[in-house]
Amino acid sequence: MKAAVCVFPGSNCDHDCYHVLKHVMGLDTEFVWHRERDLSRFDIIVVPGGFTYGDYLRTGAMAKLSPIMEGITEEAKKGKPVIGICNGFQILIEGGLLPGALIANRSLKFICSYVYLRTETSNTPFTAGIEKGRVLKIPIAHYQGNYFAHPDLLKELNDNDQVVFRYCSPEGEVTDEANPNGSLENIAGVCNRERNVVGMMPHPERCAERELGSVDGRLLFESVVNYVAG
Amino acid sequence: MKAHVYVTMRRGVLEPQGRAVQKSLENLGYTQVKGVRIGKFIEVELDGVSRQEAENILEEICRKLLANPVIEDFRFEIVEE
Repeated sequence: MKAAVCVFPGSNCDHDCYHVLKHVMGLDTEFVWHRERDLSRFDIIVVPGGFTYGDYLRTGAMAKLSPIMEGITEEAKKGKPVIGICNGFQILIEGGLLPGALIANRSLKFICSYVYLRTETSNTPFTAGIEKGRVLKIPIAHYQGNYFAHPDLLKELNDNDQVVFRYCSPEGEVTDEANPNGSLENIAGVCNRERNVVGMMPHPERCAERELGSVDGRLLFESVVNYVAG
Repeated sequence: MKAHVYVTMRRGVLEPQGRAVQKSLENLGYTQVKGVRIGKFIEVELDGVSRQEAENILEEICRKLLANPVIEDFRFEIVEE
């Protein structure tokens, strides 16, 4: 099983993702520079966090035009699992692979802290092994993670079960106090209509080993490995 | 040829910077200021195109890159032939 970690100028969570995929999950993992177009040799594609192109213009706006986006889009169309984490989520949204938009946090502050997420669906490759309603403890680190969608789109996301995670209290209640950044309906992660492309602001790769304070992030990687293994 | 492009957050989309600036203006005593929204101003230079071609290109680049139509509106004007 082969995993790709896409690397853009300004990616900075690429090594964390590589470490978890390669050393924790034991996958054959490669860094792939954004100039490459062919990702057909991979089973799992990860678009990591960072500050691609210095967040110029809008987060992810430049990265969406990198050649590797052609490869990501092509493999996504084939149904392969693709996950965008933090800036990776912003890139997939800008590139049109995921719906909505991510704007500045309502506090206008960069937030770096552990948060709680309620798993809203097990029907994606990355949450297939996580029961619906389960609360995960996973950190966030972003300035622009405030999820926005127009009312029609929001309804569509809910109707199609495309909301993957919501920010919640440790007990799993979705409240405004538990919403760190102002995201509409506490949305922390979504998937595409075909369900194989997932984007999320929290960082599962930062909490996949006991030494790091939580192992909840590992559940996402285990899910996708089992999904690909069939 | 030179054009000015204005990109602003669409109505209904929270624009936290503008809100913070409005609060600061209130603190300065400008309680009459009821709304501030911050956007982007972009200067674009074009070469070897007619006015009509320039307008088509500007429309295209705004849609493809300069603005995100999900959250932003744009308008442009050609300021130098």
